[in-house]
Parts: sequence; structure tokens; C-alpha cells
Amino acid sequence: VALVELLLPPLPAHVRTARLVVGAAARRAGLPDELVDELRLALGETCGRAVLLHAQHAPEERVQVTVRDDPGGLTVTVRDRHPSGPAAGAQGADVADLLGADEAADDPDERVGGGDIALAVVHGLVDDVSVEPGPDGTTVTMRWPLPARPGGTPSTAASADAARSALPG
Amino acid sequence: VDLSLSTRTEGDRTVVVVGGEIDVYTAPKLREQLIDLVSSGQYHLVVDMEGVEFLDSTGLGVLVGGLKRVRAHEGSLRLVCTQERILKIFRITGLTKVFPIHGSVDEAVSATD
Repeated sequence: VALVELLLPPLPAHVRTARLVVGAAARRAGLPDELVDELRLALGETCGRAVLLHAQHAPEERVQVTVRDDPGGLTVTVRDRHPSGPAAGAQGADVADLLGADEAADDPDERVGGGDIALAVVHGLVDDVSVEPGPDGTTVTMRWPLPARPGGTPSTAASADAARSALPG
Repeated sequence: VDLSLSTRTEGDRTVVVVGGEIDVYTAPKLREQLIDLVSSGQYHLVVDMEGVEFLDSTGLGVLVGGLKRVRAHEGSLRLVCTQERILKIFRITGLTKVFPIHGSVDEAVSATD
């Protein structure tokens, strides 16, 4: 069941909004607090990466964030419309080196490592994550198990309302 | 305010107190602050992260950039952080080996290694 669907214009300020909304929905769905922290960080990384790529290459396209409460747990998907996909070295890369190389570039356009760093952090953080590059963009899917709930699943409509009301402004 | 920044001098060190959220939106402000300090000749920095509620990889990038800048002047950049949720991201990224991380501002200010 889809709890939250967001379409974000590629502005850095919106990444915080996405963290708040998705964090609220995840807590509401029953994800334990320490995993909500993990989710907020992972979402911030994937969303921030997508927003920066869009801002450079597809400023009119929106970043899509979806949260689903599925039988297997909570699934968070971030889809960008940047066609080149992630660089191959994302997994297992030395983040300290990437960060150093990035900051050494004075021209922001040379900070190509940003997406790699974000994905490297996500891979380090989240046990269940998949990155699917494609000609129309990249989809990052992250999953967290939800603890069994006594009395069955809560009203998903209530969860979606809670998430909406958490939107600032 | 999403990010708060203030600086003070303790001996030959400059303490930068950071509060709030360091992310893709606010990290440029921290970068500017660190560049300003180095430009004005302050090469021994202590960044107090105890008030930081959120830190992502763009924030880490700014801290690494600050470290490179002070090292170009034989300076130092020390972090003060005891929050487990913030320390976790330094560990994941291997940056605990790059930054000296202290338990208090006093400890960081008096450190000489």
C-alpha cells in the first residue's frame, strides 16, 4: 500500500521536507526510532543526490519519492530522471577519497563524485538496498522490516493523512 | 533557522559551534564559514558538533574540504562530537581515521598531538 508519494522540484531545500514527511510516515507505520533515523539519513542522501543531478541536467523534471507499506516491510523508492545513471564505483568506494577529490574541485560542476558518495553512504547504512540505473534515470529502492503488529495493520489512510499534515507550510 | 553557526576564540584555536541540520541545503553556509576563517588566517579550528541534529555526506564533504584548507597552512581541524547518530556516519565513511574526534571542547582545545 502506498503511504506517501512525493514529486519534488529539484531544490536542495525540498530534501529536508522529504526527510520530514518520509520520517513521519515511517514512524507512523511502526518503524523503530533507530531505523527511522537510518531511513531519514538514507533518504536525505538519495534525495539530495537526485536533486543535485536534476538541478544540473534536468531542472524541469521532478524527483519522485514513494513510501510503501508492503507485507515484507517498508519500501522507500527514490526515482530520478538523470539518464546517465550512477557511476560504477559507487559500492565499496573509499568515501574519504571521494570527498577529498570533490572538495578539491573549485568548480561545482567538477564535483561529480557527489552521487557516488551519497550512494556509498546508503550502501554502508542500509542492509537491503538496490540501485537500478536506466536510460530514463535511476531508481534506488530501500527496504526495512517492520515489526509484527498486534491487531493487524493500521489504517493506511490515517498514515497518509499523518504524513501530509507533517508537511511544513 | 535550519543551521546555526557561531565562532569564538580560545587561546590559539577558533571554536566553530554548529547547530541544527547540515545537509545539501545548508552545507554551503558551513563551507563559506570555514573558508572565511581560513582566509582571515585562522588555521586551528575546533568544530563543535554537539548541537547538530542531522548530518549528511554533503556536510562531511565540507568538513573534509575545511581540513584540506587548514592543512595547507599547517593547521588543524578537530571535531567535538559524542552523539552516536552523528558518529555513525563518520564511521560508515571511514572518516573517524581522518578527523580527530573529541568528547568535549576543552579536550579539543588542549589537544596537541
